[in-house]
Amino acid sequence: MIFDAGQIAGAVASLAAQIREGVGESKFAIVGIRSRGDEVAERVSALLREAGIEHDNGMLDISLYRDDLSHLEQNPKLQSSEIEFPVDDARVILVDDVLFTGRTIRAALDALTDYGRPRRVELAVLIDRGHRELPIAADYVGISLETERMDHVLVRLKNTDGEDAVELVKRT
Amino acid sequence: MARKDFLDIASLSREEVELLLEQAIPFKELFTRSVKKVPALKGKSVLMLFYEPSTRTLSSFEVAAKRLSADVTVFDVPHSSVVKGESVKDTIDTLQAMRTDYIVVRHKQAGLPLSIARQTRASVINAGDGAHAHPTQGLLDAFTFKEVFPETDGRRVLIVGDILHSRVARSTCTVLRKLGVEVAFLGPGSLVPRHGPEGVPRFTDYEEAMKWKPDVVYLLRVQMERLDAPFFPSLREYHKVYGVTEERFKRIAGEGIYIMHPGPVNRGVELCHAVMDYERSLIDQQVENGIAARMAVLYSLKPGGER
Repeated sequence: MIFDAGQIAGAVASLAAQIREGVGESKFAIVGIRSRGDEVAERVSALLREAGIEHDNGMLDISLYRDDLSHLEQNPKLQSSEIEFPVDDARVILVDDVLFTGRTIRAALDALTDYGRPRRVELAVLIDRGHRELPIAADYVGISLETERMDHVLVRLKNTDGEDAVELVKRT
Repeated sequence: MARKDFLDIASLSREEVELLLEQAIPFKELFTRSVKKVPALKGKSVLMLFYEPSTRTLSSFEVAAKRLSADVTVFDVPHSSVVKGESVKDTIDTLQAMRTDYIVVRHKQAGLPLSIARQTRASVINAGDGAHAHPTQGLLDAFTFKEVFPETDGRRVLIVGDILHSRVARSTCTVLRKLGVEVAFLGPGSLVPRHGPEGVPRFTDYEEAMKWKPDVVYLLRVQMERLDAPFFPSLREYHKVYGVTEERFKRIAGEGIYIMHPGPVNRGVELCHAVMDYERSLIDQQVENGIAARMAVLYSLKPGGER
């Protein structure tokens, strides 16, 4: 284990603080990417609400927008997306657990824009582990982690997996 | 491992059925967006091979495939190759050469979709084969039923009409029973199979059937094209004996029983006109759910994979 519950909580708090500073007075929405991005988003949202900062919330399932469906032996199980606020002209902060190749975010941008035309879209991630394959960067980062391309970063979160922990599995 | 083909309900486990039904929910949710299309099948081709006329099922599949961004070709068989004497085998060879990814097939001969599935790498979906099966109808019916009754076990559905010749009855009965729903048949003695599935009560009398206390009355369409066969004397007679007449409708509405029908409805035959505005009629919902259920089926299959 490389990060425990305390360090994860610290990273979430840091994200909330960065977002608070980034958005200033403007209205915005926090949208988590399933799965686990939604849980990070919930925690960030809760901290922002505690600080009296109101905002909209949503969740995206990006399975139908993945660019590798043809290569999978079985398509991923779909979950519901929940975007109840008007996306047109909204400032949206996408939230995910790990930023790696950037392909999930590419898919999320496509999924989001099928709901409307946001004024601005930003990205917040719990962990940025590098190795991008697309021109995508995060605006808010909880933890920057140096990894090898073939390493696995396993994030476990309480509601999804029963505990808070991050593991780095080295590929030798 | 994903399945290659979707040919019947009988070979699916309850878990597989439940998963397909669960997956239909997010697809249905897409219909409320302004952009109803998703790119999941972008660049894939879907071929509609309909040897029997169909408007509803064909367009439902077409909408489903297009909302998944697939390219759809309708192979209008009755007007083309069959007239020229081309065999089904020749047609399949042609389709193979076209490298189509999914084939949606309807044919009057039971088992034809299976034989096509064996001869092609494409995923084959049965859209109705003879009196054998119409599995996507079964699935959309189960989806509609579950929206009203999330806990399916022990609920009761009465299927009314020509059970014997109906692939809808067969598939819908099979899928509902997999979900723990109790099913009974009501129809003329000559049109209800004597040796039907075990544990399915058979009724010939409407009043008797209603005493069985169904949650849903599912009316099969009277197939006008079969009316030359002397199964029942006349449409008016059918309505009187097995249709939902004004009088029966009052009782159905009074007891809060839901109505389902695969469409298109022959008004005044299976149902009196008043039923069309009934708040517990699920007929329109069945149409909308058909698209979502078919999207879920298309999404679940993998062409070229294991059968």
